[in-house]
Amino acid sequence: MHLETVAAAAVGMTGSLGNVGYGLAAIGAGIGIGLVVSKTIESIARQPELASRLQVTMWIGIAFTEALALIALATPFIFGK
Amino acid sequence: MLANALSLLNAVVTPVVTGDSGFVSPSIDEFYPEAILFGGTPFALNRIMMIRILVLVLLSVLVLAWARTFAKAYATKNYVPSRFQMMGEIAVGFVRKSIAHDQLGEKDGDRFLPLLTTIFFIVLGMNITGIIPTLNIAGSSLIGLPLVLALGAYVTFIYAGFKKHGFGFLKTALLPSGVPTVFLPLVFLIELLSTFILRPVTLALRLTMNMVAGHLLLVLCFAATQYFFFESSGIFKVMGVGTFTFGFVFTLFEILVAFLQAYVFTLLTTVYIQLALADDH
Repeated sequence: MHLETVAAAAVGMTGSLGNVGYGLAAIGAGIGIGLVVSKTIESIARQPELASRLQVTMWIGIAFTEALALIALATPFIFGK
Repeated sequence: MLANALSLLNAVVTPVVTGDSGFVSPSIDEFYPEAILFGGTPFALNRIMMIRILVLVLLSVLVLAWARTFAKAYATKNYVPSRFQMMGEIAVGFVRKSIAHDQLGEKDGDRFLPLLTTIFFIVLGMNITGIIPTLNIAGSSLIGLPLVLALGAYVTFIYAGFKKHGFGFLKTALLPSGVPTVFLPLVFLIELLSTFILRPVTLALRLTMNMVAGHLLLVLCFAATQYFFFESSGIFKVMGVGTFTFGFVFTLFEILVAFLQAYVFTLLTTVYIQLALADDH
């Protein structure tokens, strides 16, 4: 019975599927940025004297990874409706 | 029990979404305010355009004042900088040293420095209006301005590549050596897409979407705070404190984002120029 309530709630759900889609898209970028930053922290811990160079590379890496999520954010405005 | 929880959740959420006087959540219309001047003509000026013009005027005045101060200090051989001159030296020196010289070297770095400094200060100035009270929207939150800057970067790195390598630039960019012949068509397509189409598009989109998302977050937080404090009752008034705190924290975060996006935009432009100048290995 409880399961039915949940199912009814799920079927009766309204709104844009795009919101769910963006949530899914953000997972990828989230994992990617996490990997970039964690590896940078590891590298800086190993070789602190390279910190400034590694940070610059990290920002570039983040910028590329983040671009995917931002493109996902832009698509509803371009292809929506 | 789950049903109870659901109905409880419903009771909690419903007044927020469809309350008596109604909470109006922000939409994309935020970025298309009504025209203030010259409405109906192609030169219609709305709030965002006014903010852009204001920022450009302020930036021009600031940069001219800095230039005069620098020239005066140089002419009078007064090497003890004033506070204003110090600020200018730090700001311009940041782009010169930690972006241009680090990535391009001194010679090429100084060659492209005017463009990089322009991009950095315009992006920073346009971003920072997003958190200045009474302005409250970033000049770069519509695609037009980031697109112009991205086109500038695009033209510059292609120019740099052609000037250095001639048509060899296309070969190094599209057909890197050391790739097995079988994969060359695939690599060619990927490089064509990523170098000549995705680079300017992502430059512009990254800036715009960061500003759009930031602005919507702030509007959501403060609109919710306003709703909780003045239009709801009981326990919801307390939730207003939470949304206000979120709004405040996100404002601080937006300051960081404004600087970060200016830095990233300039840095990526520099990297693209550097890749175009690099010799084939």
